[in-house]
Amino acid sequence: MANKIIARNLNFFYGKTQALFENNIEIEENKITAIIGPSGCGKSTHLRIYNRIFELYRDQKADGELIIDGENVLSKDVDVLELRRKVGMIFQKPTPFPMSVFDNVAYPMKLHFKLTKSEIADRVEKALRGASLWDEVKDKLKTSGLALSGGQQQRLCIARAIAAQPEIILMDEPTSAIDPVATLKIEELLLHLKKDYTIVIVTHNMQQASRISDYTGFFYKGRILEFDVTNNIFTNPKNKKTEEYITGRFG
Amino acid sequence: MFATDKIFRLACFICASIIGLLMLGFFIQLICSSLIAWEEFGISFLWSSEWDPVDEKFGALPSILGTLITTTIALIIALPLSFVSALYLVDLPAVIGKILSQALDLLAAIPSVIYGMWGLFILVPIMQLHVQPFLVDTLGLAKLPFIGRFIGEYYNGFGFVTAGIILALMILPYICAIMRDIFKMTPPMLRESAFGVGCTRWETAWNIVIRYGIRGLLGGIFIGLGRALGETMAVLFVIGNMTELPLALFDSGTTIAATLANNFAEADGIQRGVLFALGLILLMMSFGIQVFAQWYLHATSANRGEER
Repeated sequence: MANKIIARNLNFFYGKTQALFENNIEIEENKITAIIGPSGCGKSTHLRIYNRIFELYRDQKADGELIIDGENVLSKDVDVLELRRKVGMIFQKPTPFPMSVFDNVAYPMKLHFKLTKSEIADRVEKALRGASLWDEVKDKLKTSGLALSGGQQQRLCIARAIAAQPEIILMDEPTSAIDPVATLKIEELLLHLKKDYTIVIVTHNMQQASRISDYTGFFYKGRILEFDVTNNIFTNPKNKKTEEYITGRFG
Repeated sequence: MFATDKIFRLACFICASIIGLLMLGFFIQLICSSLIAWEEFGISFLWSSEWDPVDEKFGALPSILGTLITTTIALIIALPLSFVSALYLVDLPAVIGKILSQALDLLAAIPSVIYGMWGLFILVPIMQLHVQPFLVDTLGLAKLPFIGRFIGEYYNGFGFVTAGIILALMILPYICAIMRDIFKMTPPMLRESAFGVGCTRWETAWNIVIRYGIRGLLGGIFIGLGRALGETMAVLFVIGNMTELPLALFDSGTTIAATLANNFAEADGIQRGVLFALGLILLMMSFGIQVFAQWYLHATSANRGEER
């Protein structure tokens, strides 16, 4: 068992407001790690440090260490573009680019690799198959990604993330805007994807966390109160707050 | 249906019809008043370059070309400038961004005659004493094979380039303000996903945000374009007002709007018809550009996945 991501003493600030306090977590390779907790507890904030997407905003700052494959990715000399290739991200709502289905998947490849046209076509098919979308869209690769259904759009975004050949996929409540049937499809897909990728998923849905994740971290007011094998968290939580949350007494 | 609704509906219908009637009225009026010129010169009025008020021989080509040249120069300067300024405005810290945004909106409110005066007293001397000597005498652009003669070795500060620069400054705030609003409207999550797959800021703006906002961006560009086509006062001051076929960029010349403003005071008979014919051409040009823009948006909407 290898730790893909290790967070040490992570703090996070929105301007002067501290949102995360001393987060420590170790995330195992090729596993699904779920992050749960009540709204506003810092789950998404924590996730957004992993690919340094928070840096787009002027007043957001993180300190501490975030070690991916032995390297502190918060240090200044890390190539952020390469980091974001390696660490893909899926958002709360599907965000297909305003271009065709094919181009949505081909675009990140063109950013990162020098490929011939036929190589791109091969890899697009592979990525779409990887996201269990190929059979549904193979006849409409040229139509816009925005014309697909919500669930399909989210799988397109997963295909797009896969296309950059990442090692880690971050998911920020990926099914919160999607109907239950499409949600199940995506959950199945995740179980499939963990063979090749390390997945960290923020979710509001505790059933989802217990269904698909191997490990679960419980966040509360910017701190990680408990982190353990998913089964332990849901059957035998050690922290009082965790127990209250998973039994639905608040949140 | 309630009686008040009926009245409201009627009022709306009347108000909306006025827009259509106005447009139609303009067309009919311009066509009727210009008939005399079309009968005299025929369709070749469009490509004739003669302009001789004494012999009453007129052609529209110098004015049409002048309009196209100055507008093109204006767009070539204004588009990239407003694009990068708009990108920058959106990403600035809140306070500075707000101040600069206000300044931008104020810039759009400056009357065109002031741009014209500024052009005449400040820009023309700068062009004549510094820019044109540098380009022509120091760099020797006019001696370049083939393209040299389109730049021109004679200069006096007036002409198409100067007018194009003034026009660019005038339309910049319009285009830039619209682009800024579009960039602001782009959903943060869409931008984040572009960054998330490893786009730089430039790639995000150029490949994702532009596509997302193309409809509004083109709208902004066409507002600017329309303004540049029809702008009269500012151009009048600096274009040089020569109704001759333009041969080089540094030449003096005229535009349709400038020709109209220069001549209508003493025009009568056939010359009056000629001016109305020029007005009709200008209207048709603006109209044609609108139609083209709509067609282009429609033809490419499928690529962007918009509902038709």
